Amino acid sequence: MSIQVKGLAKHYGQQKAVDEISFEAKPGKILGFLGPNGAGKSTTMKMLTGYLKPTSGTAKLCGFDTQMDSLEVRRIMGYLPENTPLYTDMYVQEFLLFVANTYQLKDAALRVKETIEKVGLDPEQHKKISMLSKGYRQRVGLAQAIIHQPKVLILDEPTSGLDPNQLTDIRELIKNLGKDKTVILSTHIMQEVEALCDEVIIINKGKIVANATITELKNEHQMTSLEDIFRKLTS
Amino acid sequence: MYAVFKRELFSLLNSLMAYITIGVFLLASGLLLWFFPDTSILEYGYAELSSFFNLAPFLFLFLIPAITMRSFAEERREGTYILLATRPVTDWQIILAKYLACFVLVLFALIPTLIYCYSVSKLALPAGNIDTGAIIGSYIGLLLLGASFLAVGIFASSITKNQVVAFAIAVFLCFIAYSGFDAMSQIFGFRAIENILLSLSVNEHYQSISRGVLDTRDLVYFLSFIIAFLGLTKLVIGGRKW
Repeated sequence: MSIQVKGLAKHYGQQKAVDEISFEAKPGKILGFLGPNGAGKSTTMKMLTGYLKPTSGTAKLCGFDTQMDSLEVRRIMGYLPENTPLYTDMYVQEFLLFVANTYQLKDAALRVKETIEKVGLDPEQHKKISMLSKGYRQRVGLAQAIIHQPKVLILDEPTSGLDPNQLTDIRELIKNLGKDKTVILSTHIMQEVEALCDEVIIINKGKIVANATITELKNEHQMTSLEDIFRKLTS
Repeated sequence: MYAVFKRELFSLLNSLMAYITIGVFLLASGLLLWFFPDTSILEYGYAELSSFFNLAPFLFLFLIPAITMRSFAEERREGTYILLATRPVTDWQIILAKYLACFVLVLFALIPTLIYCYSVSKLALPAGNIDTGAIIGSYIGLLLLGASFLAVGIFASSITKNQVVAFAIAVFLCFIAYSGFDAMSQIFGFRAIENILLSLSVNEHYQSISRGVLDTRDLVYFLSFIIAFLGLTKLVIGGRKW
């Protein structure tokens, strides 16, 4: 098990953003994280990265506790935050080299080159990040998450705001990454879940309402469309 | 940590703001020191830089918050802080990297003022007849004072998302630390704690170092001042809810 979450909760005052959720994820599988806006997806992901401190419960990535062994966790994990914040005053290569250096990678320049090829940033690699279109920014975001070859990849809405061509490219990329890593991604697009994910967790108001493979879900609810299942479970 | 430091420094050097603030600092000190008759060394008639070292803290009061105000505030506003926080660097490393990058910028602002020393020593009669000890002491004092203001500025930047607010808070705190305690010690009702207030004042310790005497009490004061404010920054950053 490369991700183990037990009774994870985050409270903001009275409000329970995440209410004692538990789940596990295996390497080589892509886990889809679904839920309406404000269900607690991003909060859970931030807790998995160790950025937010959980109110109670624990999360472990590859056996490392996200709070106790925070530095270790950050070394083996790649994270693409929501809305893809980037240092827009930097150049693409400069930024990726900076990221590589924060991991103290030995062959940083080579890793930057490889990652740029992998995410298809070649034509834009000499530009400033502020000059890039949304799709290419998203690629830079993905590049900074995978540059150190993490074992666990946490992607918060990696495909929001992309055009159909970019969508296909990015999905293909994530699918390839998922072959040897544990990938968790959150999304609102049901087709994406069907195209990418092996397992699905649906979360509503901070609680897990479904945790199964897509076929299991469809059998259980006697519905063929994931969208209907989603609506049934979260409304 | 070096990577973060390098990025911070380059991003400061890439922004026009750093050059403008340093330029304004040098322009103001140049004008006041050599041109405006009230404060001019040439009118003053003595070959010494004490007017520069009396003036510099007040210029630092605005220069330094302007340099530090973006360090955390901007990252919070843009949401990029999470990029740093999810790397294998500790909070302390991030704070120190940002602090040192700003410190280097202050050094860049101070280096050109060495020309003043050279000019004054050439103007002295006979040439070179200046109080070198006092000048070296004053520069060390100015660096320590700048380093303390930087710590305040970094702290102010960590508590808000708004750079202007960060600037205003930093200027206010620096002003209180610099001359507020001095002024308070003058209040009649505080006679009993006059010495305590004076020993809390940055100005008091700055003046003491400026005489050219390096007293461990002053060094300890400045170091604990810096550590206190960077520690507060760590508290704010560590207890983040953003």
